[in-house]
Amino acid sequence: MSSMMASTFLRSIQNHPLMLYPAALFIRKKVVLYCTMKSTESQTATQEKQNPRIKVPPRTQTITTTNNVSKDYEAVIGIETHVQLNTLTKAFCSCPYNYGSPPNTSVCPICMGLPGALPVLNSKVIEYAVKVGLALNCKLSLNSKFDRKQYFYPDLPKGYQISQFDVPIATGGYLDLDLPMEFGGGHWKFGITRVHMEEDAGKLLHSESGSYSQVDLNRAGVPLLEIVSEPDMRTGIEAAEYAAELQRLVRYLGVSNGNMQEGSLRCDVNVSIRPIGQSQFGTKVEIKNLNSFSSVSRAIDFEISRQVQLHSQEKGDQIIQETRLWEEGAQKTVTMRKKEGLADYRYFPEPDLPGVILTKEYVDAIRDSLPEAPEMKRRRYEKMGLSMQDVLFLANDINVAQFFDATIAKGADVKLATNWIMGDIAAYMKNEKLTINEIKLVPRELAELIASIKGGTISGKIGKEILFELLAKGGTVKGLIKEKDLVQIVDPVEIEKMVEKVLAENPQQLEQYRGGKTKLQGYFAGQVMKVSKGKANPGLLNKILLEKLNAKS
Amino acid sequence: MLSTLQSPRSLSRFPSRYTLCTLTAQSPTSTSPPPPPPHSQILSIRHSLLSRRLSAAQLAESYLTRLRLTEPHLKSFLHVSEDAVLQQAHRLDQMIASSEELGPLAGVLVAVKDNICTADMPSTGGSRVLEGYLPPFDATAVRKIKDLGGIVVGKTNLDEFGMGSTTEASAFQVTANPWDISRVPGGSSGGSAAAVSARQCVVSLGSDTGGSVRLPASFCGVVGLKPTYGRVSRYGLMAYASSLDVIGCFGSSVADTGILLHAISGHDRLDATSSNREVPDFASRFDSVDLLESKPLKGLRVGLIRETLDDGVDNGVISVIRGAASHLEELGCSVTEISLPSFSLGLPAYYILASSESSSNLSRYDGVRYGNQVAADELNSLYGDSRAKGFGPEVKRRILTGTYALSAGYYDAYYKRAQQVRTMIRKSFKAALDENDILISPAAPSAAYKIGEKKDDPLAMYAGDIMTVNVNLAGLPALVLPCGFVEGGAAGLPVGLQMIGAGFDEENLLKVGHIFEQTLENCRFVPPLIEHDDTP
Ligand SMILES: [Zn+2]
Repeated sequence: MSSMMASTFLRSIQNHPLMLYPAALFIRKKVVLYCTMKSTESQTATQEKQNPRIKVPPRTQTITTTNNVSKDYEAVIGIETHVQLNTLTKAFCSCPYNYGSPPNTSVCPICMGLPGALPVLNSKVIEYAVKVGLALNCKLSLNSKFDRKQYFYPDLPKGYQISQFDVPIATGGYLDLDLPMEFGGGHWKFGITRVHMEEDAGKLLHSESGSYSQVDLNRAGVPLLEIVSEPDMRTGIEAAEYAAELQRLVRYLGVSNGNMQEGSLRCDVNVSIRPIGQSQFGTKVEIKNLNSFSSVSRAIDFEISRQVQLHSQEKGDQIIQETRLWEEGAQKTVTMRKKEGLADYRYFPEPDLPGVILTKEYVDAIRDSLPEAPEMKRRRYEKMGLSMQDVLFLANDINVAQFFDATIAKGADVKLATNWIMGDIAAYMKNEKLTINEIKLVPRELAELIASIKGGTISGKIGKEILFELLAKGGTVKGLIKEKDLVQIVDPVEIEKMVEKVLAENPQQLEQYRGGKTKLQGYFAGQVMKVSKGKANPGLLNKILLEKLNAKS
Repeated sequence: MLSTLQSPRSLSRFPSRYTLCTLTAQSPTSTSPPPPPPHSQILSIRHSLLSRRLSAAQLAESYLTRLRLTEPHLKSFLHVSEDAVLQQAHRLDQMIASSEELGPLAGVLVAVKDNICTADMPSTGGSRVLEGYLPPFDATAVRKIKDLGGIVVGKTNLDEFGMGSTTEASAFQVTANPWDISRVPGGSSGGSAAAVSARQCVVSLGSDTGGSVRLPASFCGVVGLKPTYGRVSRYGLMAYASSLDVIGCFGSSVADTGILLHAISGHDRLDATSSNREVPDFASRFDSVDLLESKPLKGLRVGLIRETLDDGVDNGVISVIRGAASHLEELGCSVTEISLPSFSLGLPAYYILASSESSSNLSRYDGVRYGNQVAADELNSLYGDSRAKGFGPEVKRRILTGTYALSAGYYDAYYKRAQQVRTMIRKSFKAALDENDILISPAAPSAAYKIGEKKDDPLAMYAGDIMTVNVNLAGLPALVLPCGFVEGGAAGLPVGLQMIGAGFDEENLLKVGHIFEQTLENCRFVPPLIEHDDTP
């Protein structure tokens, strides 16, 4: 069908001058449209954690922001996250979706909303939604349905979005996370209100002159999960960590690449403040355009300060229900649109799609095939005796965690494996800008390396040399030891010979040593190691050297 | 061939007050031998081609000639592809010459309602908003027809997006009824019904959301079939009310209608609401009239819906329908009057649901990607101006009604309530069809009325759908076939009998309809416009 679609689509271009490649035009004078331009810099949650911009103490203390008055207020934060599912084809047609494809190259009559075209649900969307629902500890609706959410916008080809309204596929769950030590640490549970399936919209591309806009429908119809949190968060950091944990979860489940810069994971946050002790919520403000975890955290903290300041100046009534935009450059939120009453989306059940019926067997089969979630992994690593810092590092990235697990499975010492991964291997990846899947070292060889050092076949120093060889070129530990003749010298006779040779070649230093300059021992040890080409067992070497040095005194 | 095309007014077959064509009735004015019952044009075309009595080009030319002569009076078509038709006919003749196998619809000229997408012809849905729009794909039903050798002759006129009961709500032209060109052909598939009635094509596709196939079939004296919801793929049918829309068939005989239904039915992976049910070869069950026993429908339980013969229904229509019921009894059926108490609730429920869905389905006509766009300074004007200019008054009325019914605060009172009524109606039909094999009723409360008569009175026009909308709400199949005449026009006006069957039981409906049709004596449903013409 895809080839049919491709050729037929070309016809429609020829027939319709308005369908000019790359996108349809519509004319516009005032720049009133909101456009998301993605920044090119890339950033991960881990990197952000290593460079925290804001430190906020845990919730047990009152929030402290730049403003002292804030002691009297507490913020209430909820997040709506849109996760783009990485199914092979879109939700309701057979078009693939690849981020960054030239405009309108991955479209068909269905996702363009041509007259007569009908949606047919991709069953993978259900499967992924069930996976996420289960992983978020939600209750699944065995009978759910799709609804139409209606509004006009040029990036919405049908004039309605196929979504789920009153019966979402999953409700009432929670997300566990461990806050990094630098943010006060601690284990948190944030509530999940609901998870529902829907389709993404296209994108508007605005001309530089601002005189016209174009529509790119590549993204239209890409499946999304909207995950709505309970208003359980109190600080920007908590919100950012919630988002990072969601990203980790969808990556662990393999349902999304979770990339914020590409818009595969998008967070809209709702922030309100209230005097401490008040149970009623304050006026909530929505913030959009958050393209990284740090912008989530900074935007929220800015917004809290802004609202606290207004309150403390008796201008609380100036906090209105509105959507504000985070401006990365200016590091502030600005009004995007005021909400004039509630938008009426005129939801009604989507008549083109049958109801979504899940059987218990189907759900059970998915539950049984769920991979270990980040939370389970962290608890397991903790039980293995690792520090929380180590646990968070290893479990942060599914690929690192899998590398670690595979190394342990080959019998490697847990602590040593952790040290190697967090130390030299991480440093190498950072320098070379590689992911753990791109390095040439495989877990089996890391386990072998650790065993070879522990067993005394090679020294730690040689081990390090071999590691870098393995990281860059691959190969096996045994092969490299053999090839480079790196087996540790543990024969005392051989070491003794080398010691004697060094002592004989350095009579002056020997005299000085014996004259009391005992710190020259290090110098001799180095020389012997050099002669052994680094292979001498250090313990044995030192023992024999000491004996020889002290023999005639 | 069409020898002389006379003005319909000069034709003189005028019936007495109304004529019941039954086994015993006499044709009132005819002195010639009684006309034979309608035969399958599809089968005779096939026979002509295989026996090489006529070439496909000759056959096509004969229909096109008639089309050229009648079209100025009727205006059934919005687009005719004469050259393409003749090209395909020539290709078919080459295939015949080289003894290649022919598809079951080889050489059959099919007209397609203009709200059904065709890749090689414009598809406007009868709306200015899509003027000149050429879809990049064929509707599944059209593709199936082409795959079986059928030739699409053109696109037929309709009420804009199927919203209307007269075809007067087309943005482009008003189609006339071949029985009396001062009257409406019914709607919304008026062009497709008129085209079959005037033999401008062999069979045609229509769509039926609330009666849009059955009402014009009744008005134009042709056979019209509204299949079970899900029997035929809706892919490529411009959506009006998705939960009610079906593509339906027109033919000049029950056999042709059944053959066409068989061609377009079946599951389609492009339509999630299309059914997996097996599709029987409907026409293969048709017995030749010579082989019928005296009571061929013995034991068939027929329920005549009492509420459809109430006040507001023309006396002439009631008489003809009662006559049809007697005819069924003579064929061996046991006919009983039954009551569907929820029947009258169907009309308001239908108009709420259909308008609600249409307000959503028509949102895509925003001028951004296709169709007519009115350049504007800002977005809301672009939408507003493009839609204000693109849609006609009836479409706007339904969009407004539907938008209102779905609005916050009104949803429960209108949409939700209408859905509850729908469930009730479905249950009452289910109960009635447990007791009866088929239900019968008129297809419309009157015969064709004058062009312009109800144009400014939408409520009167909506009321004309009373006989048909319940069937869409229940998702059931229904066959309408000519059963008699009432006074009007030069030769009387045809009246259609509606037979409603259980879900997916089109086979039984067609079988009963075929026997009914073949045994109805002295009634020849060829409109005066082409009366002296012999169909090949
Ligand atoms: Zn597509």
